[in-house]
Amino acid sequence: MEDWFNTLSQGLLLGGMYALFATGLSLSFGIMRLINVAHGDLIVLAAFAAIALVEPLAIGPIAALPIVMLLMAGFGYLLQRLFLNRTLGDDPLRPLLVTFGFSIIIQNVLLEVFSADMRGLDAGTIETASLPLGGDVAVGVYPLLVAATAVSVIGALQWLFYRTALGRTFRATSDDHRTAQLMGIDNRRVYALAMALASAVVAIAGVYLAIRTSVGPSDGPQRLLCAFEAVAIGGLGSLWGTLSGGMILGVAQAVGLKLDPGWGAVSGHLAFLLVVVLRPNGLFPKTRDR
Amino acid sequence: MTEAMDAAPACRIECGSRASRLAGALVLLFLMAGASMPFWAEPASLRALAEFFYVLALAQMWNLLAGYGGMVSIGQQAFVGLGGYTLVVLGLHAGVNPFLAVPAGGIVAGLLALPAGCVLFRLRGAYFAIGTWVMAEVFRQVIANITAVGGGSGLSVTRAVATIPTWWRQSLTFWCALLLGGGATFLVYALLRSRYGLALTAVRDSEPASASLGVSVRKVKWFVYVISAVGCGMTGALIFITKLRISPDAAFSPDWSALMFFVVVIGGIGTIEGPIVGALLYFALREMLGGFGTWYLIALGILTVAVMLWAPKGIWGSLVSRYDLRLFPVQRRLRPVDDERDATPPAVITAAPCAGTLKA
Amino acid sequence: MNPLEVHDLHAYYGDFRALHGIDFRVAAGETVAVIGANGAGKSTLLRTITGLLPAPAGSVVFQGRPIGGLPPHAIVRLGIAMVPEGRCLFPSLSVEENLLIGAQFGCRGPWNLARIYRLFPALEEKRAMPATLLSGGQQQMTAIGRALMSNPRLLLCDEVSLGLAPLVVREIYAAMPLIKAEGAAVVVIEQDTGQAMRIADRLYCLQEGRVALEGAPRTFTPERVSLAYFGV
Repeated sequence: MEDWFNTLSQGLLLGGMYALFATGLSLSFGIMRLINVAHGDLIVLAAFAAIALVEPLAIGPIAALPIVMLLMAGFGYLLQRLFLNRTLGDDPLRPLLVTFGFSIIIQNVLLEVFSADMRGLDAGTIETASLPLGGDVAVGVYPLLVAATAVSVIGALQWLFYRTALGRTFRATSDDHRTAQLMGIDNRRVYALAMALASAVVAIAGVYLAIRTSVGPSDGPQRLLCAFEAVAIGGLGSLWGTLSGGMILGVAQAVGLKLDPGWGAVSGHLAFLLVVVLRPNGLFPKTRDR
Repeated sequence: MTEAMDAAPACRIECGSRASRLAGALVLLFLMAGASMPFWAEPASLRALAEFFYVLALAQMWNLLAGYGGMVSIGQQAFVGLGGYTLVVLGLHAGVNPFLAVPAGGIVAGLLALPAGCVLFRLRGAYFAIGTWVMAEVFRQVIANITAVGGGSGLSVTRAVATIPTWWRQSLTFWCALLLGGGATFLVYALLRSRYGLALTAVRDSEPASASLGVSVRKVKWFVYVISAVGCGMTGALIFITKLRISPDAAFSPDWSALMFFVVVIGGIGTIEGPIVGALLYFALREMLGGFGTWYLIALGILTVAVMLWAPKGIWGSLVSRYDLRLFPVQRRLRPVDDERDATPPAVITAAPCAGTLKA
Repeated sequence: MNPLEVHDLHAYYGDFRALHGIDFRVAAGETVAVIGANGAGKSTLLRTITGLLPAPAGSVVFQGRPIGGLPPHAIVRLGIAMVPEGRCLFPSLSVEENLLIGAQFGCRGPWNLARIYRLFPALEEKRAMPATLLSGGQQQMTAIGRALMSNPRLLLCDEVSLGLAPLVVREIYAAMPLIKAEGAAVVVIEQDTGQAMRIADRLYCLQEGRVALEGAPRTFTPERVSLAYFGV
């Protein structure tokens, strides 16, 4: 029984990590209907950016986070403004293949600069500390921090979306970009801002990932799949849905892993396939797919 | 288009042109010369050509699926891998001739495409694309958990392949590759000239519109999806005969999809000639830059992005729109019957997306 | 100086030419109605003015400034607002948010939330509802209010009475004099010729992408209008 409680809590906390992976993708998919195949590679890029900064600046990973967020936001803004905005239109192939091209470019540039070695970030004792909850039950401090961060990031984005003028602009552009232009909204700039925001969240995901585990330049695609599955399970345009999607994925993997060590990742994929077979639009869709 | 109809009531619909008939004859000659190659060519050039043909086969299958069927898949490696593992089961475990795994790999891939399709056809657009990738991952991880086929680290298939004398092994590999590459190209060509071809392009351009005109969208999509799976499965079995070693990571690698994208997109998606041009360019680039390792892959990535942004029709597609050049014509053209030498270019009927989607 | 001068305007959908050299102007404070059969080019004219369809630089001049070729958001920020055909409210925004988004990139002027609610009192009690849950008439009021919130010098209304009950149409048109009183010039596209002639200072009738008739409505006989409308 306590065993299963541990599995469940591990799953939920792993889910927090997945939710962090997925939030950036959920933003770009929700606002621009853009599936960014390079999303996972951006997470890895952020992780390596932090790794590269920590030593020369002699700062901890958490102190490096704001710098990485700024860098990634700038990178995302330019990526959207210079390249991805040109792919928007009725043909879904173009954004898919252009971001796929970027995925290959980012992976191989990282490989060239950092070699194929796995690297991580050291955040000190917080990584191994745990909170005993009585009996054999304990919760790691770091996974708890990840989950708390995921919830607060999504809470903050929710506030931005529903309480600010910028959020209103995002939602209007997501609903109908043509009419949005008739309101004086420069949709291309809005998209670039959305990508900057998504990339800042990607930076959080990347830094947290590198603290939790070692990262290699070709890890991006697996991160993308997790992120995409969480978004699809949760439903398009719903940030809380994305959080719950991440949780479902995390629990499914933890349970699968407990039953047989080889089947952890598969059970996550199977959970995703099960959800999309039963509810192709996800569990809590808010926005209609165009 | 309407002008041509009004002005010349005596028209016939024609698919070919003089260039295309010439091209057809050349291709036939080329294939016959190719078939005799094992008797006179160097093993090294046989190997290189075999690789060219199986890359072409994969590219044509993806082109059929995405360029004509409108189903963008990032998961065709699922079927490449299944073909490869059919080789393991048949060649190593059942001890039959490994080349029998080529058709068998196609059958296995085709059969497993049925349950996979049942799931994936509930998804659309980008969801479908990533869903196919997830499906390939599921196959990869299931295979990695079966120790009988080598588990996660894979195994060598040399024992099965080595039973065949070297000359025969090289020649059979080459002939299979030639058959797959040529066959895939011809299949797409024949399919598009058949009645199915019109239905196919209609579905790609607008699903609701073709459904309202009586095209069974589901049937057409299933047909294309399964054919593409069979083609990738057969090619997969052949690929691992040449590679001699198989592992889940190599067999179900997304790099297979990347290869297909690259060849088709650079060459020209939705054209039959495009993948041929793309495959030629791919091998030329690899010859010239392959030694540079990651920089070569970065260059491929940049090229893909550049083509998709500035010449989305690819090399062949851009040539076609400039010179109206078609070696494998699959369009129906209206030509006046009485005057073959009519100087005006024939009207081309294509199912191009109409400007009417804009609300006037 | 007239707020809007359109000179020899041609517009295309792909290879199809929808407008053949239109001359069109709107004077300050004027209400202009545009009538014509389906496909005559009425909506195309508005789409070209707002930049949704590209126009040659010199063919559209707004307050002395050529605006052809500018993107829609830049044109709209200069003081042109559009009530699009079919209303096109943002479904994930509430009524009030729809109104606010109109003001976000607009100009300074007389219109604000309070005055819109005074103009269309029905909207105030539904301000927190998702805009697309409103009745057709109230949605149309929201769309007009959203356009007014940007305090335009020129208000373009595309088929405001489409699909609405006559009583509701009358209620919406009752607001027109109040809008006019605030100084904006108004262009109305209207299927209902009678309605158009009642409200307009000047009338354009388009036929197959050309201006078939132009002038003050009271100077036209019904036969002349019908000839311009149907071309027979």
